[in-house]
Amino acid sequence: MSEEVLQIKDLFVSYGGIEAVRGISFDVKAGEIVTLIGANGAGKSSTLRSISGLVKPKSGSVIFEGQDITGKDPTLIVSSGLAMVPEGRRIFPNLTVLENLRIGAYLRKDDLSADLERVYGYFPRLRERSWQEGGTLSGGEQQMLAVGRALMGKPKLLMMDEPSLGLAPIVVQGIFEIIRQIHEAGTTVLLIEQNANMALHVADRAYVIENGRIAMEGTGKELLEDEKVRAAYLGAVEE
Amino acid sequence: MEYVISVLLSGISVGGQYALIAIGYTLVYGILRLINFAHGDVFMVAGLMGIYLTAVLPISLSLPLVILLTVLLGFTIERAAYKPLRNAPRMSVMISAIGVSYLLQNTATYVTGGQPMTYPTIPFLSDTVNVAGTQTKWVVILTPFLVLLLVILLSMLINKTKVGMAMRAVSKDFETSRLMGIKINSVISVTFVIGSALAAVGSILFFTNYPAITPLAGAMPGLKAFVAAVFGGIGSIPGAVIGAFIIGICETIIKGLPSSWDVSVFSDAFTFALLIVILVYKPQGLFGEAATDKV
Repeated sequence: MSEEVLQIKDLFVSYGGIEAVRGISFDVKAGEIVTLIGANGAGKSSTLRSISGLVKPKSGSVIFEGQDITGKDPTLIVSSGLAMVPEGRRIFPNLTVLENLRIGAYLRKDDLSADLERVYGYFPRLRERSWQEGGTLSGGEQQMLAVGRALMGKPKLLMMDEPSLGLAPIVVQGIFEIIRQIHEAGTTVLLIEQNANMALHVADRAYVIENGRIAMEGTGKELLEDEKVRAAYLGAVEE
Repeated sequence: MEYVISVLLSGISVGGQYALIAIGYTLVYGILRLINFAHGDVFMVAGLMGIYLTAVLPISLSLPLVILLTVLLGFTIERAAYKPLRNAPRMSVMISAIGVSYLLQNTATYVTGGQPMTYPTIPFLSDTVNVAGTQTKWVVILTPFLVLLLVILLSMLINKTKVGMAMRAVSKDFETSRLMGIKINSVISVTFVIGSALAAVGSILFFTNYPAITPLAGAMPGLKAFVAAVFGGIGSIPGAVIGAFIIGICETIIKGLPSSWDVSVFSDAFTFALLIVILVYKPQGLFGEAATDKV
């Protein structure tokens, strides 16, 4: 279980001269939930976007299952088994719920019915609404759809960018419960969160990102108990 | 009465021909948010190719070849003039489209010497037929049915197939579509291929009725089809088709009004006056999506 699925080495990402990521290195091992936590603009999303191929990193490397995918086309990256739940859900509002799920399996040519059943199993609400357009769903339902859509690609590694953003606490609880279930079913998860409390509770290991660099790392439990993390990300009052 | 029927028939037919061009505008706009100003000229080039190819090849070979070459032209224009500007501001792509438009017009002037070229008589389409006492060409009768058939096929493609699903996804969100593994550029090419193919079919129908082609022959039908697309709600295929029929019919009615009224010269002005009225009172058109930019 210690085989590395994803290795990031000395990653630099910049947008028009502004360096968002300045030399981040971390890894995700098979079967883990790893989380990157940090404030707005710390470089979490940029890291994820360059892993998924949406942004070409300036330097550094992204190795997925031993294969160098740095700066490759997203089509290739998706087909190698990496799926992303983008920030802000980004479901297709003009496609039905079922179509949104099917498009998550766009590159697959085999039968999808077993995986549809699996997603409906996690999110029964999506089955009820399968003929509705994605845009008519509530925020929480859209997040379920975004997760379900990513699962349809049968990813080896599921990356999630701020799944709790803008959702009611009870809905967030539900989403994290599903993340745990997905993980138990054998999918490796890389989770990016501002909601450090939830993320650290669910994660095996965590990295704290500050100003485009890794500031701290440890198991979820260790970081939950760390004074600095508690003060900066968990809202604990220092005495 | 017979006069009314003949005006209506030709209005529906002209509308159908505009519809085939308007779909090209609306499809490309739907995906790229680009008004493809070169589309009317692609239509003109298809007409010219019809003239040159039928001169050397039998109709059964030359017409499919016209469609094929027009598709190739549309595909090439997108790859050469629009794709390199994919991340540029929308204005740059629009200027590029205007450039392509003039390039096509000037090339046509160079090739034809600027002389009006006579469109060949296509057997059957150009034959006359008697409908309710009115003499008309078969093309006038056939156009609306052919348009309807093509629109149904296109709707099925867009709503029932995987590539259609990808087209709808890309039209909403490039980035997330890429995350699904969709090759954006292929989907955009498909859009141009469909638009060009329909414009080629439109050119065969249109020029069979209007025998002469000049290098500017694509500009006016192109503009009117564009107005039709805006009228119907740009981005919407049913909107473009209905808009095109309305404009075609109105235009023919105005042209057909008694000559003592002396208004027929204003038929083009009517189309553009209509555009102004739409833009003022219903900018999103009949079936267009309201311009809400959700974040």
